[in-house]
Amino acid sequence: MSTQLPDTESETEAVETEPTESLPPAQRARMEKKAEARAARERREREAAEEEAAAEENTVHLKVFRYDPEVEGKQEPRFDDFHVPFEKGMTVLDALIHARDTFDSSLTFRHSCRQAICGSDAFFINGRQRLGCKTQLSDLEDPVRVEPLPHAEVRKDLVVDMEHFYDQMEAVEPFFQTNELPDGELDEQRQTPENREKVKMSTRCIWCGACMSSCNIAAGDNEYLGPAAINKAYRFAMDEREGEDVKEHRLNVIEQEHGVWRCQTQFSCTEVCPKDIPLTEHIQELKREAVKSNLQFW
Amino acid sequence: MYEHDVIVVGAGGAGLRAAIAAQEEGADVAIVSKLHPVRSHTGAAEGGINAALREGDSWEDHAYDTMKGSDYLGDAPAIETLCQDSPEEVIQLEHWGMAFSRDEDGRVSQRPFGGLSFPRTTYAGAETGHQLLHTMYEQLVKRGVTVYDEWYVSNLAVTDEEDPTERSCHGVVAYDIQSGELSGFRANDGVILATGGPGQVFDHTTNAVSNTGDGVAMAYRAGVPMEDMEFVQFHPTSLPSTGVLISEGVRGEGGILYNAEGERFMFEYGYASNDGELASRDVVARAELSEVNAGRGIEDEYVHLDMRHLGEERIIDRLENILHLAEDFEGVDGLEEPMPVKPGQHYAMGGIETDENGETCISGLYAAGECACASVHGSNRLGGNALPELIVFGKRAGQHAAGKDLGEAEIETGQRGEYELGEVDTPVEPGAVGGPGVEDEATGDDATADGGVATESDAAAVGGDDVLERAVETERERVQELLEKDEGIQHAEIRADVQESMTANVNVFREEAGLKQSLRDVREARERYEDVFVKDPSRTFNTDLIQTIETRNILDLAEAITLGALAREEFRGAHWRAEFQERNDDEWLKHTLLSWNDGTPQLWYRPVILEGEEKEYEPKIRSY
Repeated sequence: MSTQLPDTESETEAVETEPTESLPPAQRARMEKKAEARAARERREREAAEEEAAAEENTVHLKVFRYDPEVEGKQEPRFDDFHVPFEKGMTVLDALIHARDTFDSSLTFRHSCRQAICGSDAFFINGRQRLGCKTQLSDLEDPVRVEPLPHAEVRKDLVVDMEHFYDQMEAVEPFFQTNELPDGELDEQRQTPENREKVKMSTRCIWCGACMSSCNIAAGDNEYLGPAAINKAYRFAMDEREGEDVKEHRLNVIEQEHGVWRCQTQFSCTEVCPKDIPLTEHIQELKREAVKSNLQFW
Repeated sequence: MYEHDVIVVGAGGAGLRAAIAAQEEGADVAIVSKLHPVRSHTGAAEGGINAALREGDSWEDHAYDTMKGSDYLGDAPAIETLCQDSPEEVIQLEHWGMAFSRDEDGRVSQRPFGGLSFPRTTYAGAETGHQLLHTMYEQLVKRGVTVYDEWYVSNLAVTDEEDPTERSCHGVVAYDIQSGELSGFRANDGVILATGGPGQVFDHTTNAVSNTGDGVAMAYRAGVPMEDMEFVQFHPTSLPSTGVLISEGVRGEGGILYNAEGERFMFEYGYASNDGELASRDVVARAELSEVNAGRGIEDEYVHLDMRHLGEERIIDRLENILHLAEDFEGVDGLEEPMPVKPGQHYAMGGIETDENGETCISGLYAAGECACASVHGSNRLGGNALPELIVFGKRAGQHAAGKDLGEAEIETGQRGEYELGEVDTPVEPGAVGGPGVEDEATGDDATADGGVATESDAAAVGGDDVLERAVETERERVQELLEKDEGIQHAEIRADVQESMTANVNVFREEAGLKQSLRDVREARERYEDVFVKDPSRTFNTDLIQTIETRNILDLAEAITLGALAREEFRGAHWRAEFQERNDDEWLKHTLLSWNDGTPQLWYRPVILEGEEKEYEPKIRSY
């Protein structure tokens, strides 16, 4: 089981760029002292609240990864325990929200829609990438371990840096390209229902980053486009409304050195995708397309 | 400081469309959003986009349906613009590659929706919003528009002339959530608010947790009126446990509602004998709760929505997403069992008062999408009319801000022209915490609680940069104070209490005593908010701080919704009052407006514009 710990170098950097640097020294010292006192008080309060909650029978035990680069006493990565009252139907996200709103308001994680469409709450839950909002606590073994997505830099607690993921998504020219629009202003570009069906699953990606995080290849090769970006390329390459020349261009993008050929069909991306997108299959299909298109010129 | 021609706040459907339009007009545009664009709540929209695309349909019919659905509280110039522009906009999306569902002949599919006289709802399965959001974000990437994601806009830089209609907006103040950096964003040509709905005012909502009404509250405190806030749409089919939305598309495809006795109550109890399950949303929501209140609900809470008879093939083809939602959030297999549903807060018909070009009464300040009220939905929005609103008015706001001449607006904004002052007999002085005027008695510093206009005493001498600088300073003080305070009340407690009170008292059914109770609760919450503090001292990704500021906005919106509802003594669209069971056109064919007025909301009214381009829309009794 891997536990993602932030590397120490980046930690130091984060401390150096801390905005309190710009404050006068006296004020900074006051803020720091206050932060320490706060941390101590919070610890006491949380322990008391936890004890109370643990005394009740039906609770879920969460072990949550904690790390804050700038607050004294939180710079060392650690796990905090929360005992959250359990109700039927409760998800991991519900439990995290309860823990934050009741026990420790500094507990930090991204979340928004809580219905598996905004893609912001992918975490490493009991050793697997999952969306907090669509993971039922009742499906998990107690205690429930919640960690940030592996293979990404931790900003704070469960929040990871998504920049690299976004960069890879944008590297595949993720927008529709066609040279042939219909003549009439209100005319559609016809698309067969079959073709729409073919690209349908690929259009469901919510950019949560679970696949990228689960991919061993992506972990070892920072330039690898990764399953989400390749899937995005698939979405357009297989859309019959984009012309042949555009498809050719797309294949050139994805068959580059750090493109489809890096995939070793381990299926971990497909395993963890919360939208059930057959990512590995899509990558294989693009490999076949790339081979076929090259054969034409040999 | 950052500087652009046009600053768009929010990156959902309206924000993205506005940014694209402004850029096409030649402006240097930037989007500032508290989320990354693909995380925006537009992605959660399911049902579809209304547009008169087919033979046998026309924009005029769409406009008529919309006016009727609004219960005659929509303004004709805005509704006609919506219906005229939406076909072109939907086809534009199609040309950008959006993955619409397709008919056999390759054209985009359309389906029936509630209150529509033609099946004109264009859709992409039951995930239309997701497809729309991603398609537009793709276009943004293609164009290289600058995006400041995870930056929280917390104040507007507006001049302080006494008359709000003489003020101008020069930019925004935003807070980098990742680093804690606070900075001014200068907008040379205009600021467009596209911050979405205020679902978090209620505790059972289909809305995202991020939907806290930030834009509406900021504009309100800067001097723009909030319009028709009492009209809140409660969607008839949300999952009881979480509020997750079950699309109207289910009923559009033929889904049936049953009570605990297994009766198809929409017909058997005659709630809507003509349209049954496809009556307007307000009608269906009331019918469901009436069943529950009459003891015919399941577990005294919800009713059943059944789609099994549609057959697996059709369900998978058109409603697959619904199967996943029912399974993931209720553990129900929609192919085998009916789904539990109940009304949930879904949409704000009201919002920032704008004209049909997206502009507010403050020059240089625009709004579009759910945060705005143009007003196209009146007292009840038809399903499938929210997404075209985003793209039609997002585009117009973007174009106008970038300098395109859209012609003179027919809808007036701000307190000018024809309006009457309103009165409401409130049990408490609504007031604002620490607004200007009360600051001296309190702490002498109102930055924490207020977050109002950044003012400069000598307005004549103030340039845009000074206004912005002052706004940044005000925000810096507010944030500093929130972070430095050692103890007090946490926002989560205040937020939860307000949400609970609003759901208990300002829901589908409303009565005077409850509304007054809710006003008292908001007042009390305001007082407690004076002691609010942020526990997390960190500058890195401090969600505690952001949510504390959001909670301040929730208070303003909760108050506006309740005040408007208390004052409107009639039954219209989504606004049901126990004491007033009739629609009263003689007295209430008018919009409710609330102005900030130094923190004490001032209520006033403006007549509805029923005069369209070629005809006047004659109010008719809604018969079901």
